Parts: sequence; structure tokens; C-alpha cells
Amino acid sequence: MNKIANAFRRFGHGVKQAVYDVVHGSVAVKLSCVIMGLGQMMRKQIIKGLIYLLIEAGFIAFMVLFGGKYLGYFFTGNLGTQLGGEIWNEAAGIYEYTSGENSFLILLYGVVSFILLIVFVTIWAMNVKGNVNNDKAIAEGKPVSTFKQDCSMLINRKFYLLLLVPPFAGLLVFTVMPLIFMILIAFTNYDYEHTPPGQLFNWVGFSTFGKLFSIGGGSGFLLVFLRVLAWTFIWAFFATFTNYFLGMILALMINKKGIRLKMLWRTLFVVAIAVPQFVTLLLMQKILDGDGILNVILGTNTRWLADTRYASLIPRVMIILVNMWIGIPYTILMCSGILMNIPSEMYEAGRLDGANPVQLFRKIVLPYMLHATGPYLITQFVGNINNFNVIWLLTGGGPVDNILYGAGSKAQSTDLLVTWLYRLTTDVNPQYNVASVIGIVIFVISAALSLITYNRSSSAKNEEDYQ
Amino acid sequence: MSNGVYEIRRAKKRMGQKSKNAVVNGLIYFVLALLGILWILPIIYLLYTALRVTPDTGIINKLIPADLKLGFGNFYKLFKETMFKRWLGNTFFVAVCSCAITTLFILMVSYALSRMRFKARKPIMNIMLILGMFPGFMSMIAVYFILKAVNLNNSLVALILVYSAGAALSYYICKGFFDTIPRSLEEAAILDGASQFTILFRVTLPLAKPVIVYTVLTSFIAPWCDFIFVNTIINDANKYTVALGLYRLINSQNSSFNENFTVFCAGAVIVGVIVGALFMGMQRYYVEGVTSGSVK
Repeated sequence: MNKIANAFRRFGHGVKQAVYDVVHGSVAVKLSCVIMGLGQMMRKQIIKGLIYLLIEAGFIAFMVLFGGKYLGYFFTGNLGTQLGGEIWNEAAGIYEYTSGENSFLILLYGVVSFILLIVFVTIWAMNVKGNVNNDKAIAEGKPVSTFKQDCSMLINRKFYLLLLVPPFAGLLVFTVMPLIFMILIAFTNYDYEHTPPGQLFNWVGFSTFGKLFSIGGGSGFLLVFLRVLAWTFIWAFFATFTNYFLGMILALMINKKGIRLKMLWRTLFVVAIAVPQFVTLLLMQKILDGDGILNVILGTNTRWLADTRYASLIPRVMIILVNMWIGIPYTILMCSGILMNIPSEMYEAGRLDGANPVQLFRKIVLPYMLHATGPYLITQFVGNINNFNVIWLLTGGGPVDNILYGAGSKAQSTDLLVTWLYRLTTDVNPQYNVASVIGIVIFVISAALSLITYNRSSSAKNEEDYQ
Repeated sequence: MSNGVYEIRRAKKRMGQKSKNAVVNGLIYFVLALLGILWILPIIYLLYTALRVTPDTGIINKLIPADLKLGFGNFYKLFKETMFKRWLGNTFFVAVCSCAITTLFILMVSYALSRMRFKARKPIMNIMLILGMFPGFMSMIAVYFILKAVNLNNSLVALILVYSAGAALSYYICKGFFDTIPRSLEEAAILDGASQFTILFRVTLPLAKPVIVYTVLTSFIAPWCDFIFVNTIINDANKYTVALGLYRLINSQNSSFNENFTVFCAGAVIVGVIVGALFMGMQRYYVEGVTSGSVK
């Protein structure tokens, strides 16, 4: 909390300083606030000035011709009012077809324009700051930098700008923008009854959150949500810890002194990693199918991934077992590396004190492993909460459970929050708004868990240790 | 006398330990062999099914039918009757392009955040940490519509953009590696008048070969294994990657599992061999990668 407050305080100071600089600045500074690049041109930084001028011209053109309209929608408080349809044209005496407004595109373009606005403000601030710096240089009797000097700065002290801008542009367009968009969707009524084109959707405040978190006389999803959440955590717990501990035990067995053919054993398991996950999962899905080979061998006809008895216990257990098949080899691979790093003196000391193998494991190996792989363990846990592939390719979230499925929630019995989210967006009757709220819930859970780990992991604290 | 008794006792104890050890080792061999078989069986089944040519449609109702025939018929079918060749080409194209962009982006971000010091560094790292916690699916629908708005949906370029644009977020492993390169090397180069640009190419990158190999291989493998994004963005069979193509082969309305399962297995073997070979090359770096952040 303190950190955040400090960040705001520093930001406030920065703004204050900037305003002061502009008010007391030269004509060049003041001019460049209005017309970007003019100040630079006055100081003979022609190319730089022209670049800024072009950016400003381009931005204004964009806003006037396109973006301004969509930004305006944010202030009118609705996402379009004009439905498409036929409108009587008095002058021509005919019905004309109009396409109407598309809430989806209005919101999307609004977000695009908003992000461009922020990018523009950043560039504008850089432009003003450049002029303030020029003022300082002149006051100190130094010449202002030439274009050539600016460029060489870009591969020296400011090299990071050159390095960070392209990847961040990618992030902005393909991660940040969609995220903002989807978060905004959570506050609208965008679902199958409000799907553009043809229909409009609009802001509804927190009512979608209300739908997910209340019972609401049968129309709320709270009970369904809690059941899916509970299964998500049960799954994540078992998926993470079965893989971790069984993998570690197997790694210990393979690496035990006196065990021969170590390479053979390791290869047997590692081959399983080499097969792409979707292949394994689809293969397992077919093996465990009602007509699958497992039933042929056992002479049974259980639908291993679709059995609804005992609250779908069989599919749930099968998913965890298949996940073990996929995950344990990874743990073996990782643990083998770490086990070799345990100093042998630690074993010797333990053995001299008369510790038996179980004690050695509990008092030496396990603490060492937990210390070394603690962050990995939590990353795995978060990864499993979001483990879409295993569930989707094995059961598709199914089998259908009437209690869950009812009331339009569409959740099925092995659904995790993520697969539920996915089904809500790809269903014939999609509910994008509910899906967005679920996405926010997943984010809150993952963020809380990850922040705990990140703050505790040594690599975050001691990044300069080895330099 | 007492010394002799002690010696005998110790020898007895050692022998006891030895036989106990043998029992333990025997047990371990048993467990390893059992589990090893369990792990290898599905793979053998995959190979067996891929090679299995049955005169009819390929219905799998017996593990070993009386008229069992083995051969490469399924592979032949795969290349002649499905668009597998095209899917392979698509995947290769997407993998090469997105691998190049991803590697470049990750190296750029890692170098800037690891080797350079500037005011916005810590805030940037925190923002990226938070961004990485949103589930990818949440933005997928919006990404789809953005691509549609610029007429890029249903194209391989869109797929490349989607795979590589978010690359910056997975910079941790690479940065962790850069963090371990001694600073003194750079300082020497700076004294010689080298620019940051020169240092990156002449000092840091040559030392970072393992992590570069790791990044290249992981980003090259990703498009071969991804199913979700391609499933959302592409719905033209000409533009499928192998993962989606094989999935559709056994999970779609107009082709049933029984007809195509053996062909699917043949395709899976080919993809498995490609990815497996790459993975084996990467294995060593994988261990270094996942543990580099914590074990030092």
C-alpha cells in the first residue's frame, strides 16, 4: 500500500514540477505545448521538430475523422441508440435501409481511440520535456543536441527505449487493448439477447457481477459458481501435488546410488514429454472413450470420461490420472537436476548422525527441494487453475450435470473457471458479460497467488547478486 | 577380545544392511519397470494404431483382430486424402516467423530490463507481471474482433501476430540468465568506448547462447502444440495448423472417430517425431530454464 501511495506522490511531484517548468519556461517551451515541434525548430532541431509536428497533425486528423466520435460515446453514457432498419425517406419517397449503430464496434473503437490518446499524451509530454531540457542546456551555455547526437543517444544511454518500444507496441495492441475491452464488457449487458449487429448492448453497471454472485431466486449463478470454483481448486491442488511429490519420489528412485540403467529409466519417462500435449490428450480421450481400447481390454463398458454417477467422480479421477501421466515426467526432469545439486556433505552428515532414509528425505531432501522449487510449485498451481487444455481436450468440461447446467449457467461437471468462461463465449447463446466477470475473478485469484510468490522468490530480490 | 566382538558385530550389521539394500533396490526396480511400462504403453499403442491397416473402416473393437495387417497405409491416406501436407507447411511457416519475432522481442526486453538501469524499469516489470496474470482466453474474443476489423482473421499472419505479440511477457527466464552475466565485462567494453548497441551484440549475446537456444526452441515448438488460438482465429481448412487439423479429423460432425482414428494416429506420430526431436535438443536447457530463477 505504501509503495502505491509513494508512486502516486512521486507522480504528483513530477506533474507539479512539469507545470512549474512550463509556466516559467521560454517561448519555445510554451509554443511546443500547443504546436508540437515548433520549439525544437526554433532551436534548429528541424528533423526532430518535423517528426513531432507530423505526429500531432496525424493525431488531430485521426480524432477529427474517426476517433473523436467514438471517444464521445464514453461521455454520452450509452453505446449507440440507433437500431438498424428501414427508414422512410420523405424526399425520395422510398424506404431506405440503414445499418444502425453497432455497440461492439463503438466500444472497440472507443478503446482504440482512448489508447491512442494516451500514447499521444506521452509523446506530447516528451516533446515539452525536450524543450525544457533545451532551455536548461542554453542556460548552462551548452549547445542543444543535434539530430545525430540524439540518434547516438538512442543506441547508448537511451538504448532501452529502442529495445522496449516494439515489443510493447505488440503488447499494447494484442494484450492490453483486448484486456481493457473485455473488462469493460463485464459492465455491459452483452449477451445473446444483445448481440450486434442487429441489437444494441449498453452499460449496466455491476448487475452482471450481481448475477454471478447472488442466488437471486434461481436466476443467479452463485451456487454454480461456488461449485465450479471448488472443483477448480480441488483439481489444481491434486494436479499440482500428485505431480510434484510422485515425480520427486520417482526422481529420487532413479537417482539413488546403486540403481543401474539410469539413462533408460529417465528416457522412458522423458519420451512422454516429447509427445505434444494435444496429441496425448486426444489419444487418451479416445483410449478412455466408451468404445475405447481400455474397455476392450478390461471387458467393461464404462464411459470413463462421461460417467455421471457419484457426482462425476470417475471422469474427475481420470482427468487427474491422465494429468499425472503428462506432468510427472516434467517433475522428474526438473528434480533430477536439482537433486544432483544437493551437497553430498549434507547426506554424509545425516548418515553419520544415524538418520535412516526416511529421515534423510524428510529432513534434508524435502526442505532443500521445497526451497529450490517453491516458486515453481505456486506457478504450477496457478497454471493448473488455468489449465484449459487438459480439461477441454479430455472431457470438454462434461459430462453435463443438470443441477449445474440449469438456469442457463452452461457450466458442466468437470468445468474449471477457464473452460466455463470459454464455453460462455463460444456457446450458441453466448454470455460475454458473464464470461468477462469470470475472467476478472480468475485474474484476482491468480494475481493474489502470484504476488505472494513473486515477493518471496529470491530471484526478484537478489537480481544483482551475480553481476 | 572385545575388539574382535565389535568387529564381528559390525560385519554382521554391514551384511544386514547390504541385504536390506538389495531388497530396497529390487523394489525400486520393480516400481520403475512397472511405471515405465505404464508410461510407454500409450505411445506404443499410438505407434501400433498408426501402422495398423485394416481392410474396413478401421473400427477399433479388438486390440489384435484376427486379420491384423501392419503397414504404412495410414500415412499414405494422411498425405493423399487429407490436407496434412498443407497443414504441415502452414505450421512450419507460422513457427519460423513467430519464432524469429518472439526470440527478438524476448532478447530485447530482457537486455533492457536486465542490463540497463532507468527510472521506469521497476514499474514496467510490475505492470508486465500483472498483465501476465490475466487468462489469455479472456482477451481472445476481443483479439478475434480486432483482427476481423482489419481483415486479418482467417490468415496465417494473424496467427503469427497472436503468437509473437505477447512474447514480451515471458521474458523472465531470459532476464534471469542475463542477470548472471558479470557486469565487469560490460564496464570494460564501455571504457573502450563501445555503445550499448555494440555491447548487446558483441558481449551479451555471445555469452547467452544457452538461453537463446532455449528461447528459439520453445517459441518454435509453441505453434505446433497450440490448439486454442488457432481454433478461435482460423476456420478455413486451408489455413489449419497440424494441431487443429488433426483435432478436426476426429472431432467434427462429418468425420467420425472410427473412420479417422488410425489416420489421426499416423499424423500424431509425425508431429510427435518433429516436436520430440526438438524437445530432446532443448531438454538440457529446459532444466536450466525452470530452475534458474530460484536455485543459485
